[in-house]
Amino acid sequence: MKFLDEYRDGELAQQFAREIHRVTTKPWTLMEICGGQTHAIVKFGIDELLPEEITLIHGPGCPVCVTPLEMIDKALEIATRPDVIFTSFGDMLRVPGSATDLLSVKAAGGDVRIVYSPLDAVKLAEQNQAKEIVFFGVGFETTAPATALAVYQAAQKRLRNFSMLISHVLVPPAMEALLLSPNCRVQGFLAAGHVCAVMGFEEYFPLAKKYRVPIIVTGFEPLDILQGVLMTVQQLESGRAEVENQYSRAVRREGNQPAQELLKKVFKVVPRKWRGVGEIPKSGLGLKDEFAAFDAEKKFGVVENRVEESADCRSGLVLQGQIKPHECPAFGVKCTPEHPLGATMVSSEGACAAYYRYRRLPDLIAAK
Amino acid sequence: MSISGEDPLERAGKIDFGGIHKEVSLAYVPEAMVGDYVIVHVGFALSRVDEDEAKKVFEYLKQMEDLSELKEAGA
Repeated sequence: MKFLDEYRDGELAQQFAREIHRVTTKPWTLMEICGGQTHAIVKFGIDELLPEEITLIHGPGCPVCVTPLEMIDKALEIATRPDVIFTSFGDMLRVPGSATDLLSVKAAGGDVRIVYSPLDAVKLAEQNQAKEIVFFGVGFETTAPATALAVYQAAQKRLRNFSMLISHVLVPPAMEALLLSPNCRVQGFLAAGHVCAVMGFEEYFPLAKKYRVPIIVTGFEPLDILQGVLMTVQQLESGRAEVENQYSRAVRREGNQPAQELLKKVFKVVPRKWRGVGEIPKSGLGLKDEFAAFDAEKKFGVVENRVEESADCRSGLVLQGQIKPHECPAFGVKCTPEHPLGATMVSSEGACAAYYRYRRLPDLIAAK
Repeated sequence: MSISGEDPLERAGKIDFGGIHKEVSLAYVPEAMVGDYVIVHVGFALSRVDEDEAKKVFEYLKQMEDLSELKEAGA
């Protein structure tokens, strides 16, 4: 497929790898923000092409993984109601809440449906006026414009049986939280290309300056990631800390203006709890007051219960890049994609799932 | 492949994903025309792929190759 296959060329990947070897003189630790990038890195073995001085650590950019346990429990409570059709992206169904998951609610007779787009949930609401349709709105700035348009359309159509359980998160505040952590090892970031396609990359300039850290807007194909790594290492080796755009075929500096306008119309910035990380100020999006009628939390009066994570799951440390997935004692033993303890083992963007799927398990377990 | 809808926020397009055809919202890419490549996420086109920018990585690699051949010839 055009704009895909040519970015997976093995020879050209080797050429980038050789250049990275050539310019690297010191050890450097880089973090790729997005779980989609993590999967590409592990799937194509990109980390294995790099010199041993370069460590790639995997960031928190897996929306399913960072959705707080309390929010999953709220979803479960709403999905169990007989008057509700609960709609969600497929990834969320197997994420463990404190007692069960959405798939089990579905198996027990709950009407839980996977949708491709939030607009499908709006259509369902039009077709099922006697039911309450709830959409589980999770994700980063990439997904938020889709959710925003669904809410906006529902408001225009005056749908009274449509609402959303919103748990949207924002990337730059999470990067800052990581940089402020005393355990932070990150010296350079590969920023998430698709988030930047929406938001542009002006928000990263103050971060790069304040924390002296190179930030390279990077795509998702092997050649993108290798070029992103090369650009980061070139900056680190020459003592620069700038924002650069590797993914210029899809990302403009100002981002996607129509999408940003609708985000501003529908959402306000709120504090948000991140699973495994804790609350980060100004790191989430919530519905503005004029769209409060579409807020499922208010509509169904779900209350937040404090709940404890599985004691065996270290996904919080994985999400902050402090350990690699296989360094968790439960990895591949107590925790597998069939019986996940944490969301990082479930999601197609989760680092634990990537390691489980693409790496040879005996090697990883032997390396423990 | 084809575009429908008058209202900018209702604009939708039929997209060919390497043989699989799906309808996606073009609400956020008013500039997209039939024949363009777009980045799609959860049923929404988020960005039109800029073909000139897309070539840059290959031009960069070519330059790098020429440069190293030059160095080898010089040595």
